Amino acid sequence: MNIAQKPTFVLRQRHLLGIEGLSREEITGLLDRAEEFVELNRQIEKKQSTLRGRTQINLFFEASTRTQSSFEIAGKRLGADVMNMSVGSSSMRKGETLLDTAITLNAMHPDILVVRHHASGAVDLLARKVDCSVINAGDGAHEHPTQALLDALTIRRNKGTIEGLTITICGDILHSRVARSNIILLNTLGARVRVVAPSTLLPSGIERFGVDVFRDMREGLHNSDIVMMLRLQRERMNGSFVPSSAEYFHYFGLDERKLGYAKPDALVMHPGPMNRGVEIDSSVADGTQSLIREQVEMGVAVRMAALDALSRNLRNA
Amino acid sequence: MLSDRRPILLTNARIIDPSRNLDSIGDLLIADGLIRDSKRGIGAAGVPEGTEIVDCRDKVVAPGLIDLRAFVGEPGAEYRETLASASQAAAAGGVTTIVCQPDTNPPIDEPPVVDFVLRRARDTAIVHVHPMAALTKGLRGEEMTEIGLLKAAGAVAFTDGAKSVTNAQVIRRALTYARDFDALIVHHTEDPNLVGEGVMNEGEFAARLGLSGVPKAAEVVMLERDVRLAALAGGRYHAASITCAESLEVLRRAKEANPNITASVSINHITLNEVDVGSYRTFCKLAPPLREETDRAAMVEALTSGLVDAVVSDHDPQDVETKRLPFAEASPGAIGIETMLVAGLRLVHNGEISLMSLLKATSTRPAELLGLPGGTLRAGSVADVIVVDLDVPWVLDRAQLKSKCKNTPFDEARLQGRVVRTIVAGRTAYEYV
Repeated sequence: MNIAQKPTFVLRQRHLLGIEGLSREEITGLLDRAEEFVELNRQIEKKQSTLRGRTQINLFFEASTRTQSSFEIAGKRLGADVMNMSVGSSSMRKGETLLDTAITLNAMHPDILVVRHHASGAVDLLARKVDCSVINAGDGAHEHPTQALLDALTIRRNKGTIEGLTITICGDILHSRVARSNIILLNTLGARVRVVAPSTLLPSGIERFGVDVFRDMREGLHNSDIVMMLRLQRERMNGSFVPSSAEYFHYFGLDERKLGYAKPDALVMHPGPMNRGVEIDSSVADGTQSLIREQVEMGVAVRMAALDALSRNLRNA
Repeated sequence: MLSDRRPILLTNARIIDPSRNLDSIGDLLIADGLIRDSKRGIGAAGVPEGTEIVDCRDKVVAPGLIDLRAFVGEPGAEYRETLASASQAAAAGGVTTIVCQPDTNPPIDEPPVVDFVLRRARDTAIVHVHPMAALTKGLRGEEMTEIGLLKAAGAVAFTDGAKSVTNAQVIRRALTYARDFDALIVHHTEDPNLVGEGVMNEGEFAARLGLSGVPKAAEVVMLERDVRLAALAGGRYHAASITCAESLEVLRRAKEANPNITASVSINHITLNEVDVGSYRTFCKLAPPLREETDRAAMVEALTSGLVDAVVSDHDPQDVETKRLPFAEASPGAIGIETMLVAGLRLVHNGEISLMSLLKATSTRPAELLGLPGGTLRAGSVADVIVVDLDVPWVLDRAQLKSKCKNTPFDEARLQGRVVRTIVAGRTAYEYV
């Protein structure tokens, strides 16, 4: 099976920095393309040649196992030479700035840079200084576009469509790039998006994001088709934003009782890594309504679709 | 010394003197470092021999600007700005007096440092320089400095610069003590705990960018605390840089009851708003942050009404290393001493503020607040005078700015009007050719 020969759409931009700015057609195009890669990834022979000869550098300033390996596998399956660079072993520790790193890497002529950084806007800043295509693999609390795309793909495959669904995002909205990207994407595709969180974990102005805001799981989950849980960082659960992980779990952790407020066929998602017993109970995470493992599978397909689409815009492509 | 300055006659000028609310066509004669006469028809015949006669038809002649809040890196951060480079930038922007801030290294918290700055300025600067001294030792916000001795050495006011004093008792004591010396306390009103990790105005825009917000309450809470302490202590208090409409309400109430309370706004906060941050423009990262458009408009209105007394440049040179970073990691601050007048002229051309109000807030009121000469064109006053072409259009190129650092939020901005001559104590310090 060689799906790379099919006529395919291209993204308007050279980079994939966020969901914001993508049209409905571009999002749908990426999801359609990803569907094809899902099938491919289930074959024994998975290797494609779209990115043969291309160099992909995964530049991670913030530790991540799953996103980095997902991008690595995606790149390799498309035939790229993939190099991983993480901050622990790089000269950023020696005081080199983000832009120095960008300029250094740029001189090695990579074709695609996949970048994660702890500061909002850092990937955007880096993208302006390099000649290759850049994929944002998460910047601060700003955007994480491939996560939103893989979530959308997972939902679409299970519910057939996204339009008209009630999708509820629960937890640390304030610090979550996943929430931001998802809110934009799901709104663009016509879902009704809700957020549920304690007020300390909601950003100021959230009501103007095109979401319905709830502070109570029973109300927020009522009639939901999809319940999307977010990770609560450990340093935020001991008195700074919420009093304790126990209190947080009591009011906002997704257990079977709270999931019962949603529609009977509601499905549960989590971008991982999960804090079991903090934002989600194991019985739900591993239960029949959980899509969490499928999300990981979709992650590789979506990243292949993104790499594939951007490769059409590369030099000499 | 004074006699080596050639007299200057500025003729046919539109003379604007906010100290007398005067706006009329006339001539201005400068000799021996002083304004000799200002009236219609002095003419070439009535001036001393050797006088330089400058035709100022279609140009404005006004008092030089007095910038109450400029960070200069001397001593300790000369790579960012020296008194010499700051003064060059000032002269090019029509600023004839710089009031430099004490957050240097070492800080200006002892009389010898005041002395050092004054001597360096005398030897290297082409405009007047007056330092503010630290309000607390080492800018630590704990113990007050030698307010009496520092004032005697030449400090014109007391402030911890860009730092806020969180301990209310310290501010209260300082205000009480400063009263005996009639010293002005200038305070940056931003509660650091409420600022937290915030890097831009809190609200929808920050949330969309994924940036931590600084609530307006960080400013309002501290301003409210300060004006109440000022009322208790009775000293003269000046809020260094207020930014939002809520602060104006606090200020209005405080000023009604207490004439010793005054306030400034920075040029950035009357010409820019949070939207100018755009996609993470670090040159628009300021502390306090740019606010909403409604706040900006309210600040401009408050200048016209006189509720806010002065406009400052809040000049803060930051080099590439501290600005070419992700937004949250970049240093706050923008240069502004060279552009504050032309940026302000945008508001004048838009009809948001009168030229008289703008000049009053940048020259006459600052002089009154600090008891400095200047800010007026009265005969007998120091000849700190600018000539401005209000109409010439140009595009700002930051490479052309005289400051050592180029972190201007107005790069590539289309501007209208520029300073064509700056006269400091009767001597031409800058001329645009």
